[in-house]
Amino acid sequence: MTDRRPRSFYVLFGIFLLFMMFLYGPMISILLLSFQSADGGLVFPVRGLSTYWFEKLWAGDGQVAIGPALRRSFVLALVVMVLTVTISVLAGLAFRHRFRGATLLLYVAISSLIVPSIVVSLGIALEFRLIDDAIKDLGAAWNIGWIQSNFVSALGPFTSGLGAHLTWTLPFGLLIMFAVFNRFDPAFEEAARDLGATPLQTFRHVTLPMIAPFLIGIAVFGFTLSWDELARSSQVMGSDNTLPMQLAAKTTTVTDPEIYALGSATTAGSVLFIILMFTLVSLIQRRRRRLL
Amino acid sequence: MTEASDTLAEARQDRASATGHGTARRTGPMLVPYLQAAPMALVFLIFFVLPLAATVAVSFWQYTQYSIVPAITLENYNDIFQDCLRDLPDLCTTFRTYLSTLKFCLIVWAMTLTIGFTIAYFLAFHVRTLKFQVICFLLCTVPFWTSIVIRMISWIPLLGRNGLVNETLISMGIIHTPLEGLLYSDFAVILSLTHLYTLFMVVPIFNSLMRIDRTLIEAARDAGANGFQILTVVIIPLARPGILIGSIFVITVVMGDFLTMGIMGGQQIASVGKIIQTQMQFLQFPLAAANAVILLAAVLVGVWALLKLVDIRKEL
Repeated sequence: MTDRRPRSFYVLFGIFLLFMMFLYGPMISILLLSFQSADGGLVFPVRGLSTYWFEKLWAGDGQVAIGPALRRSFVLALVVMVLTVTISVLAGLAFRHRFRGATLLLYVAISSLIVPSIVVSLGIALEFRLIDDAIKDLGAAWNIGWIQSNFVSALGPFTSGLGAHLTWTLPFGLLIMFAVFNRFDPAFEEAARDLGATPLQTFRHVTLPMIAPFLIGIAVFGFTLSWDELARSSQVMGSDNTLPMQLAAKTTTVTDPEIYALGSATTAGSVLFIILMFTLVSLIQRRRRRLL
Repeated sequence: MTEASDTLAEARQDRASATGHGTARRTGPMLVPYLQAAPMALVFLIFFVLPLAATVAVSFWQYTQYSIVPAITLENYNDIFQDCLRDLPDLCTTFRTYLSTLKFCLIVWAMTLTIGFTIAYFLAFHVRTLKFQVICFLLCTVPFWTSIVIRMISWIPLLGRNGLVNETLISMGIIHTPLEGLLYSDFAVILSLTHLYTLFMVVPIFNSLMRIDRTLIEAARDAGANGFQILTVVIIPLARPGILIGSIFVITVVMGDFLTMGIMGGQQIASVGKIIQTQMQFLQFPLAAANAVILLAAVLVGVWALLKLVDIRKEL
């Protein structure tokens, strides 16, 4: 190979730059517009420079009231993150052995990725409505006062909503675990076992530290996929809203840059979260190198 | 993938029994994988398999204004395809909606595939050091971590009536009145979907391209192939698995889309997903379920056709 770049390189490099502009241009424009002063509008030119819209957003007295939805989305994303990591690791360990139904489980996980989200969302909503009806019938039949007077619906962010998010995050978690254990050397576990470690000790002191960086990767996937999830959430949150749902509902009614401020703030939140997680990974790896 | 883990498991069991721990562990390894896989299996059973079953069941139920009634009736499907045969050759609403969704699907697929392949090709073959490859790849994936709603509304300052594009065109004297069809139109939907989902093409195609043995390309060049021939005869066939995975992802996402078509189409464009969403709002559950079953069938046929096009087992 010669050192001179072929002409095709420059053409493709140009296309790559255009693609970057296409990807980032719109996001940069709302970032700029969110820092306008009070008389700023939805389009260019940028009028003034201030954090007025962020303050308004923070105070919660503008067109966008997001407090409860934001808290709900955050807690839900944390729960989804923890469950995704735990369930994916367990399933990843299971797939290292042979068990009946392994292929079926893998196919179900992959179909969960490719079945349109609206169909999954609708299905879960229907299922929970049938459960509601059954509970209400039960309450009427056995004369249970609490059900008759207080029960409204089993649909909610932490029942059907949580499940809907897991059908989206778990397939990613499982595929990452496959990639991890395909490159995993079982000799270390053998050594631990030969030294008399119980299976639990082997997992706790050998397997877990070795796969820890990848678990952080799954955690990042779990959190951000849930934090931004919208299509599967649409029918299953009951009377509550998540942040993306709130945002989608506002797109048609909001007429000032506050929504851009919200966009910039949530994007900054995700980026900070990812940076934090990857810093954690590099810290773990640095410490490990020092120990070696 | 599973075969590899199977042989690993086998090897470990052989070793375990050889060292004499076999009898002690015999009951362990038998049960443990089931317990470990149980939580995931349970989640998919409750929140994926049963809901799909419920959807299929409810699609055959009856509904009144106030409630849904268990029954076995084809009424809902009949309602959806009502007048479809009578009105031929004019298309009924259902067919028109599916055709419109399919149109978006094909255009977005062609766009994401072309752009995605070009970018993946550039990253895999023209970026020489691993460090820059990683940096460029990360640059492509960062927007994936932000909300799709934010990525949609970020087009407003550019495409709006007084947006950057219109202002620029007017100041250059190319047009005199602002173009109306930039935002809230078919164009905006296609642009936005391409913007959102090109990454789904880049990642798997890049993965396939990186696996191609570089000596094959050298060999093709030595055998006298020109650049175009190398691309069409060597690289594209070897990139098929990645192209396939990306295509399945994009096509299924666009077929079921209702958010982008809703927001970027100004709630004016009909799509299958939107019909289902609207019917859910009006509590017409059996009708929505029947539409979901038809959508699911259409998507599965599409995926099946794609898989027929490329035999995965042969490619891996």
